[in-house]
Amino acid sequence: MTPGPVPVPGPDLATVPIPVVSDATAVIELTGVERTFDSEPPVHALRGVNLTVRRGEHLSIVGPSGSGKSTLLNTLGLLDRPTSGTYRLDGVETTGLGDLERTALRGSRIGFVFQSFHLLPYRTVDENVMLAEAYRRPRPGLGRGTRLARAREALDRVGLGHRSGFRPDRLSGGERQRVAIARALISDPALLLCDEPTGNLDSENTLSVLELFDDLCAQGMTLVLITHDETVSRRAGQRVRITDGRLTQEPE
Amino acid sequence: MKLATRGLTRAGTRAKATPAGTRIERPWMDPRDLWTEALAGVMARPVRSALTTLGTVLGITTLVITIGVASTAGNQIVGRFDALTATSVTVTVPSVAAGSDDEPLVDWSGTDAVRRLAGVDSAAALADSPLTNSVQVRSNDVKAPGDISGQTLAVVAASAGLPAGVRGAMTSGRFYDAGDIARHAQVAVLGDQAARLLGIKRVEDSPAIFFQGQSYTVIGILGGIRREQRLSTAVMLPPTTAADRLGLEDVTQVLINTALGAARQVARQAPIALAPGQRNSLAVAAPADLSKARNGVQNDVNGLFLVLGLVSLVVGAIGIANVTLVTVMERVGEIGLRRALGASRRQVAGQFLLESTTIGLLGGIVGAALGIAVVVCVAVFKEWTPVLDLNLALGAPLAGALVGLLAGLYPSLRAARMEPVDALRAPS
Repeated sequence: MTPGPVPVPGPDLATVPIPVVSDATAVIELTGVERTFDSEPPVHALRGVNLTVRRGEHLSIVGPSGSGKSTLLNTLGLLDRPTSGTYRLDGVETTGLGDLERTALRGSRIGFVFQSFHLLPYRTVDENVMLAEAYRRPRPGLGRGTRLARAREALDRVGLGHRSGFRPDRLSGGERQRVAIARALISDPALLLCDEPTGNLDSENTLSVLELFDDLCAQGMTLVLITHDETVSRRAGQRVRITDGRLTQEPE
Repeated sequence: MKLATRGLTRAGTRAKATPAGTRIERPWMDPRDLWTEALAGVMARPVRSALTTLGTVLGITTLVITIGVASTAGNQIVGRFDALTATSVTVTVPSVAAGSDDEPLVDWSGTDAVRRLAGVDSAAALADSPLTNSVQVRSNDVKAPGDISGQTLAVVAASAGLPAGVRGAMTSGRFYDAGDIARHAQVAVLGDQAARLLGIKRVEDSPAIFFQGQSYTVIGILGGIRREQRLSTAVMLPPTTAADRLGLEDVTQVLINTALGAARQVARQAPIALAPGQRNSLAVAAPADLSKARNGVQNDVNGLFLVLGLVSLVVGAIGIANVTLVTVMERVGEIGLRRALGASRRQVAGQFLLESTTIGLLGGIVGAALGIAVVVCVAVFKEWTPVLDLNLALGAPLAGALVGLLAGLYPSLRAARMEPVDALRAPS
């Protein structure tokens, strides 16, 4: 648990010459985002959502189920498209992008952490962590050959260096979630997007994962955490509440 | 939550630049990574993968056995014909009416003309007649009471090239040569059965035989006769001697052995060489065109088994498709994860396609190996030479891979079509 100096993740300038950026430090900029599902009657999952998350911020989005939490997460994670409004991720306007570009952007800028971990049970933890690098063109100096070393480094960073070579089924729930976090970290994302990261963990493991999040924030990682758990939410630097598709700032 | 994806333009997403002109990297995958992922997917459930290959193994094995055994057997049949029939040409000369003044149709020197034809290995002329077909032959001149006075054997005149002509070999002594023929030597060569019947085992002490009041010195025994096997119970005399003593003058048969494949051409040319003016009077027996005959036989035998093998392959393909589909449905969460990690639809499809192709390839390799082993075993059992086409040995695994590829198309498409939002909701 003694991570070394970590470079502040930033946009990959080699591949994206950023055009006009309204706020150079903003990782997420949602402007007037609406999401309507064409069911009968239509469901307004997100209504006029405006949200800005700056680099290094730790934001929690809290809300009950059915409040539009998942839709917001899917929108932020480029898994879903807003019906209207704009979403600028790490300086890139995403709403006009095609499926392939959005996929690539997702792979390079966003590190996902899921409630159910989503680890491949038949691969070692190292292989699970390395998987995040399989769908990207190797970045300069970070070729395929360095992948295993970087996976070990990421495991060290989440305090699981001693579990290298293990299969996920031999790890505790907290350890599994740490592996998933290491997988999200290996690709140096601009944003760590966590969907109920402690939903499947007991209180002890929850605490250790939350401590890890605090550490990552201290290292400058941008963290967006979606949860219905108030105790988890309370640790975040900034908190917003989502109710019926509308965001409201929580008091400090 | 299908609704969540409505409005997504799937087409027209390629090579689109953002309005501001930003270039965004495309999903990209090292082929080695694709291979690693696919192999890991196959090896994640080794028993299932092994069972899935069975249909392909069965189909490929059947096909390889069918084709392999057929080509092996086909070549054996041809091999037998090659040794005997396929290279044998027999020219039968009609006998000139007795007492007529006509010249004989074929001269004894005619074999020399035949031997000069391209493709002829050996040629020999024979003369026999109904009068000499059953002659009382004795091996000694002593008449003892109660003794069997001799054997009834055929006596023929033959040219010096007869041992080669009948593809036989001298088991004892020698055949008469041009010198013996020129000297009208009173010598004879016995077929091996004739020699046995006469009680002659060796010729070093120059045994004599007697028939029609004349004696002949036996100088050799001809055995291993593979053409005109009646000659094994015959007494062979030089043509000059036979003409002098028995009136066997006219050539009645010419035996020609050709190189492989030359038989039909030689059969056309030999009559011209033997009797330039009267070639139509000669009857030629040549082997049938075997390649056609063989194809006919093979088609009958193989058709059924080929259908059987193809049916097995189809069943194998359905099996792979089925299992791959089940695998895809079991791994929905994994598909969602990969999509979240930046995998494109094509990369997801590619992985499952490669997995099913690998399973098909494995089935093909095992099937080809098993099939070849069976072909070799059958060949050993039947004492044949196994004939294995290299294309078959290499093509069978490829056919298996193709089966896997085709079988994987639909499941891969299903995997690619999944929406990451929906897929991520499934347990991993």
